[in-house]
Amino acid sequence: MSRKFDVVVIGAGPAGYVAAIRAAQHGLSTACIDAWKNPDGSAVFGGTCLNAGCIPSKALLESSELYHRAQVEFKNHGIGVGELALDLATMQARKEGIVRDLSGGIGVLFKANDVTGLFGHGRLLPEQKVQYTPHDGEPELLEAEHVILATGSTPIELPSAPYDCERIVDSQGALSFDSVPERLGVIGAGVIGLELGSVWQRLGAKVTIVEAMDQFLFMADAQIAREAQRQFKKQGLDIRLGAKVQATEITDAGVIMKYDDEQGGHEITVDKVVVAVGRRPSTDGLLDPLAGVDVDERGHIEVDLECRTTALNVWAVGDVVRGPMLAHKGSEEGVMVADLIAGEIAEMNYDVIPSIIYTSPEIAWVGKTEEELKSAGVEYKTGTFNFAASGRAKAMDQAAGLVKFLSSAVTDEILGVHICGPMAGELIGEAVLAMEFQASTEDLQRTIHGHPTLTEAVHEAALSVDNRAIHAINR
Amino acid sequence: MTVEVKVPLLPESVTDATLVSWHKAPGQSVQRDENLVDLETDKVVLEVPAPVSGVIKEIQVDNGATVTSGQLLAILEPGEVQAARPEAAAAGAAPAAAAAAAAPVAAMSSENAEKLSPAVRRLLEEHDIDPAQIGGTGKGGRILKSDVLEFVEKRVQPEAAPEEIPVEPVVHAPIVGQRGEHRVPMTRLRARIAERLVEAQQTAAMLTTFNEVDLTEVMALRARYKDAFEKKHGAKLGFMSFFVNATIEALRRYPAVNASIEGADIVYHDYFDIGIAVSSERGLVVPVIRDADRMSFADLENTIRGYGLKAREGTISMDDLTGGTFTITNGGVFGSMMSTPILNPPQSGILGMHAIQQRPMAVDGEIEIRPMMYIALTYDHRIIDGAEAVRFLVTIKESLEDPGRLLLQV
Repeated sequence: MSRKFDVVVIGAGPAGYVAAIRAAQHGLSTACIDAWKNPDGSAVFGGTCLNAGCIPSKALLESSELYHRAQVEFKNHGIGVGELALDLATMQARKEGIVRDLSGGIGVLFKANDVTGLFGHGRLLPEQKVQYTPHDGEPELLEAEHVILATGSTPIELPSAPYDCERIVDSQGALSFDSVPERLGVIGAGVIGLELGSVWQRLGAKVTIVEAMDQFLFMADAQIAREAQRQFKKQGLDIRLGAKVQATEITDAGVIMKYDDEQGGHEITVDKVVVAVGRRPSTDGLLDPLAGVDVDERGHIEVDLECRTTALNVWAVGDVVRGPMLAHKGSEEGVMVADLIAGEIAEMNYDVIPSIIYTSPEIAWVGKTEEELKSAGVEYKTGTFNFAASGRAKAMDQAAGLVKFLSSAVTDEILGVHICGPMAGELIGEAVLAMEFQASTEDLQRTIHGHPTLTEAVHEAALSVDNRAIHAINR
Repeated sequence: MTVEVKVPLLPESVTDATLVSWHKAPGQSVQRDENLVDLETDKVVLEVPAPVSGVIKEIQVDNGATVTSGQLLAILEPGEVQAARPEAAAAGAAPAAAAAAAAPVAAMSSENAEKLSPAVRRLLEEHDIDPAQIGGTGKGGRILKSDVLEFVEKRVQPEAAPEEIPVEPVVHAPIVGQRGEHRVPMTRLRARIAERLVEAQQTAAMLTTFNEVDLTEVMALRARYKDAFEKKHGAKLGFMSFFVNATIEALRRYPAVNASIEGADIVYHDYFDIGIAVSSERGLVVPVIRDADRMSFADLENTIRGYGLKAREGTISMDDLTGGTFTITNGGVFGSMMSTPILNPPQSGILGMHAIQQRPMAVDGEIEIRPMMYIALTYDHRIIDGAEAVRFLVTIKESLEDPGRLLLQV
């Protein structure tokens, strides 16, 4: 007598738990299985985002930034702080408290929406059956009308830098250091590498980031990437491009990172190494071969535009399928699938998904980069505005960076917005909304923005597209 | 294994059609369902889609020729074609499909006025355009800046853009500083319209009588129930459904207005097929709402909206246009204050709606500003006498000024 549900979701990360709640909102009986276990053995919902990714990193980024600003900037405000002390244990405890609150919060949301939350492992069997094995229990068979796979991703391992979970760690490990390493090596200058590197550098570590690509932040608009690189260099972040790590050696003196670049072979010795070279979709132990769900050569579960897999009534969302590995992308896919299962019309707009990097200055963008427009042969016009000219940014003492607009030269439609600067992640929201409505630059130009705010920089950049910025000299 | 492309079966009343122009040449590849050629009849323009993907081997009939049902037009060599979008040919600015579709649509009660972005508002005011004339391609049918820009561009060069019509190189703008002449043969549709207009004028004893309507109550009803209506029926509540209902009430009371003359007989119709005049790129067409008296407000709104879309896309069919016992035309969207519409034979009456203007009116001895519309009834005096025509319009006026009358049929 197995339990039957309308929908069984495997994975309670941002894609899975959102899909489960949305399905329940439609009145569908829903179960959500999650296998996450913290290092201390406790089972929690929330997946990577909540427990080892987005949330804990934001907490540490916030704490470390405050520490850094207290050291370096407070005196500009006439605030003397004397000898600053760092209590890393408290900082980590605060982070863990936030994570606990939020993952507990998911449990509360599940209860409120009548979602059956199940800690343990889920495995998809043929005909929408799921084998659920609780952490310390016997396997149970669940029957479902629909199954949503949302098992997310795991950090990619580097054979040249295998984890030993002490000296050489992944991003999760890097969030939990109990002391600030004197010298920190980071392999990979992507979003995660930059954020983690920033955290420890602010707390006092000498950070060296080694990146195999020649171009810094290749997926971002080049002008914005250059600006960001300039800012990080000013902060003392040592970023080495075109550098491929060949091997690592753990010695008493520290970890020796051996890498090659244009000039030849190099070695640096650090106390800890963080490997942040990307993530791969995780399907280990998930799919029974007879279940009929195909996986592509990169390990993604194959889905169509509506996130249907190759098996009937089996769907997949989030990091485990194609597309940018972003929590909000996974969440919206989860909502789309829940709506489709409930018989509604739903779709994802993959063209207007914001990307955000939470360094300081923050970097955020949505839409096309200038390089993408050039290679597509699209006629475009551009406008920029520097935060150095923003009253609010100056008052906040964060006047570095710029806002950049790319618009069609023919229809004036906004094609891309790129921001490097304070609160970029928040400011990009306006651009995302505008682009969802296919707004023209003129629409934004004619919209009132409050003063004095950072959003004015967005306004001025839009004006600058047509050479009519007020607070900058138009060229 | 070649495929033949033939002229589709033309409806009964249509004997032949004119081949306007080919969109493809021999040797060019086509996608299945891509429009190959336009055929023009008295009433409507027909598209001939490619039955399969392939390459055009031969074209049998030239531009401008007359064709009949089933005639062989072209021969296709079927084959897989690279999935290039049919509009790819029109590079850059105006996509051909959108340009063909963006014909001004009149007589549709427009709700576009409510969701205009700042740039669109500015452009509409600058160019003095009624948003009802523009098809919106944005989210939820919203008008985008690019939609207005395209409309303006097409307005300046009416026939210059995508549809190559070598038979009629129309340029309406007067050539300043020259004293030359411009001879352009009429399109078949235009010639037919001209014929029927003259016929109407010479056959019927046409007179026009006027009145004015205070639309305060109708607008109040709309404002109050707009959202509920949309929520319940999934259709926007416009003005047309009110006007159609008021018209039907008046037609019931004065059946001569719903009748037509055939030889020496007066034919009274027991049904109400109301034609709604629509302006399309090719000329005036009047699609008919069948049994409009049996339709709910929502049905009326949806049907009219549907015709508006079809007119824009150029897909109004023959069947849509035949019949009709009475016609409503709306010059208001173009800004007309008052006009004398011409009859649509063999009908005996036509109601003209006009622009709504805020005017000072005397109401219970006080001056109030009211939204007023002049209405006109052109009628065939051979079977409708003056008093009837006047009372017909008064009925419409009273029904609209106090919609409760429609409910109670008083």
